[in-house]
Amino acid sequence: RVSSDGKPEKFQPPPKPVIIDKQKQREERRFLSPEFIPPRGRTDPLKFYIERKDMIQRRKVFNIPEFYVGHVLAVTTADPYANEKASRFVGICIQRGGKGLGATFVLRNVIEDQGVEMCYELYNPRIQAIEVLKLEKRLDDNLMYLRDALPEYSTFDVNMKPMSRLDHEEVPVNKLQVRMKPKPWSKRWERPKYNIKGIKFDLPEKKMKEAQKWSQPWLEFDMLREYDTSKIEDKIWKEVSEGLKN
Amino acid sequence: QGLLRRSVSHSFLSFASITGACQAIQKLTRVRVVDNSALGNTPYHRPPKCIHVYNKTGVGKVGDTILLAIKGEKKKALIVGHKMPGPTMTPRFDSNNVVLIEDNGNPVGTRIKTPIPYMLRRKGEFSKVLAIARNFV
Repeated sequence: RVSSDGKPEKFQPPPKPVIIDKQKQREERRFLSPEFIPPRGRTDPLKFYIERKDMIQRRKVFNIPEFYVGHVLAVTTADPYANEKASRFVGICIQRGGKGLGATFVLRNVIEDQGVEMCYELYNPRIQAIEVLKLEKRLDDNLMYLRDALPEYSTFDVNMKPMSRLDHEEVPVNKLQVRMKPKPWSKRWERPKYNIKGIKFDLPEKKMKEAQKWSQPWLEFDMLREYDTSKIEDKIWKEVSEGLKN
Repeated sequence: QGLLRRSVSHSFLSFASITGACQAIQKLTRVRVVDNSALGNTPYHRPPKCIHVYNKTGVGKVGDTILLAIKGEKKKALIVGHKMPGPTMTPRFDSNNVVLIEDNGNPVGTRIKTPIPYMLRRKGEFSKVLAIARNFV
């Protein structure tokens, strides 16, 4: 082409096509279950290595899906005293605790106006199936305050159908602010020690200010409490993914 | 003063337990009667309380019989759920639930709506209570 000046224009290469490789995106997003990460302490790492081997063995036989606190799960367990030798419980996961083979998660549901909580061990051989019915992260890591919240926030239909799974993209965060029953509660959830963001506090300003008296602002700067898990996580991720591929 | 915090003791629909830190069931714990018997559901100015636990230790767990004081009468009852967390894979309820029972083990009520844990089937003496239960956990 010749521009208006008469000189040839500088060659502009065509824009490169942007290829979004979805498979690579999926690999980039990886989830390591929190019970693989060993707690900080002076125990021999051999103990955690042996536990991890057993955990990988169990995961090869039985699929434990990726789930966070706030997901609605349905768990079928083998029960010698149940009708069909199998019992099914549907509930919202309010807490994930324990490390290694003793990792547990607590499911909560309100059946016939009675709140029921079941603590299940992830690697218990009695568990026959874990299905994720609703994929939803909440604002907090620990939803124990649901015990003092209105029962409508803990009721989930037992015959709920599993929600359609996403394309392995991000897990949605539900920014629900839960309304509570009148005080007294089992724990003083308004105190900064629990750091709860998912409650709509209807308390007067005076009470909220009084609760801030128990705040410990020096805790986040305490260097002795720091536990950086990024390198440990990388090592364990490689170990676990190799173990599961075999 | 502690009893006046919530007005639950005045209604027979005691859907929530009153004390916060109640664990397993022992003497003087307030319990919630779960079946549809007349004794358990008619309102009274005092909540039903445990006065004796038929156990070597004075602490009652799921499946233990206790003596209840309801409406000025003594009645035996079976514990079907408590607030204390038990072994893993067992349910933990939000209130201490109890089913009224006769001396020979026959239940007083005719229907139990609240969920009952499966582990009660272990001992064969509660088969009549389990027969009137609707939901299991």
